[in-house]
Amino acid sequence: MLARRVIACLDVANGRVVKGTKFLNLTDEGDPAELAERYAHEGADEIVFLDITAAHERRGTMLEVVRRTASRAFVPLTVGGGVRSVDEMRDVLRAGADKVSFNTAAVATPPLLTACAERFGSQAVVCAIDARRLPLAEGADVQRWEVVTHGGRRTTDLDAIEWAMRAVALGAGELLVTSMDRDGTRSGFDTDLLAAIATRVRVPVIASGGAAGPADFVSAVRDGKADAVLAASIFHRRMYSVGDVKAAMSAAGLPVRRIEESAA
Amino acid sequence: MSGAIKVAVLDYGAANMVSITKALAAVGAEVVVAAEPTALGDVDAIVVPGVGAAAPAMDHLREQGLLEPLRNWVRDGRPCLGICLGFQLFFDASDEGDADTLGLLAGRSVPLVDAPTLPHIGWNSVNAVRRHPLFYGVADGSYFYFVHSFAPTPADESVIVARTTHGQPFVSAVAQGSLYGLQFHPEKSAEAGLQVLANFVGLVADATRISRTAASGAAAGATGEVA
Repeated sequence: MLARRVIACLDVANGRVVKGTKFLNLTDEGDPAELAERYAHEGADEIVFLDITAAHERRGTMLEVVRRTASRAFVPLTVGGGVRSVDEMRDVLRAGADKVSFNTAAVATPPLLTACAERFGSQAVVCAIDARRLPLAEGADVQRWEVVTHGGRRTTDLDAIEWAMRAVALGAGELLVTSMDRDGTRSGFDTDLLAAIATRVRVPVIASGGAAGPADFVSAVRDGKADAVLAASIFHRRMYSVGDVKAAMSAAGLPVRRIEESAA
Repeated sequence: MSGAIKVAVLDYGAANMVSITKALAAVGAEVVVAAEPTALGDVDAIVVPGVGAAAPAMDHLREQGLLEPLRNWVRDGRPCLGICLGFQLFFDASDEGDADTLGLLAGRSVPLVDAPTLPHIGWNSVNAVRRHPLFYGVADGSYFYFVHSFAPTPADESVIVARTTHGQPFVSAVAQGSLYGLQFHPEKSAEAGLQVLANFVGLVADATRISRTAASGAAAGATGEVA
């Protein structure tokens, strides 16, 4: 049976791991390759790098980070941020990544998802969706979410659930769903948002934004129907280890890949 | 260390070469990336990696002149490991693009028709059908990383080493003599994956030692006759 994945996310700016709250107030958290290796060793099922500088002139820096990481951490590696073409995706995969995640670029140019999926396969194409709750309209009883881009600085007219379904139809093989309301707040995942998307698509949904502790990972899978759960700061700051999270998931009856205590 | 085991990883445009070459190096092998037959000159083993579709992969192997050298290598009984698509290519044919493949093992690669999701992506447990040195030190049922939509169906079930289930059981590891095949990606499967690669390199070392001993024995015999 497929295991539910626990993914460690590293926000990278100028070749360093950083952490902020709602994408602001960034602090330096260390070297990306070193942290990725530590998480792989602790049992992370996958590593995601999000290049939050995403400026073209820094592309070389990120490719070098990918190359160093793929040489040391033998788990699947996803890179997001700043990839805008098939050729740029090829460069990232050649550097050692297994998947590329598209966010702003996919919203701006949806056919990019199709072009990349045709060239490299849907399994390599992740669509990242940053979503924010809309205020409930007078008399309405259905919660809606809007898609935001540029690290939450810009709103769009897109409904998050409709965009998720369209992204899959275009070729995305996985969706990385981040709640902008919860990101960095440690108030738990937005399980309503996750379930609204996961019940409408057949590809894996990765929950992101708001993890405070192991119980949140369990509810992201159980209530949010997520296939994988991603977190950043609770791992960086050693509040909980990947092992702590997996122990809680396992105790809740979820299939996870446990690693031997002696191997950690 | 006297003479590290030298492994050629075939580069035929079908794989991310970074992870597999670094993983083999991490378990002590000397690695060469082989995009042409001359690179196979003095190696002890060949690894055929791969992600993608069977038909274009066969075309690339043919265009690069690697097809017959690879077939001859395996037919001579020399050590070879196929990973994912590389493993599927060992069989007679694949339903993927209706391709004729290498024909080194009898059987055909078919889609996982009963899978709840395709491609089958993620960590899944690998269950032993029989004990094999490729899995020494790896607990039965350990998780490995998969990315595929097809899997081979060996005509000779005795080659099967392990199975995995994704909606339906499929063959996730085989061995026949010095020919080994894995449907999962050991180079992406953390410690368990590195252990399998280390075991492969160990098997190659044993095979190489035996053939070197035999060769030096034969040489000594020949010298003796001359004397």
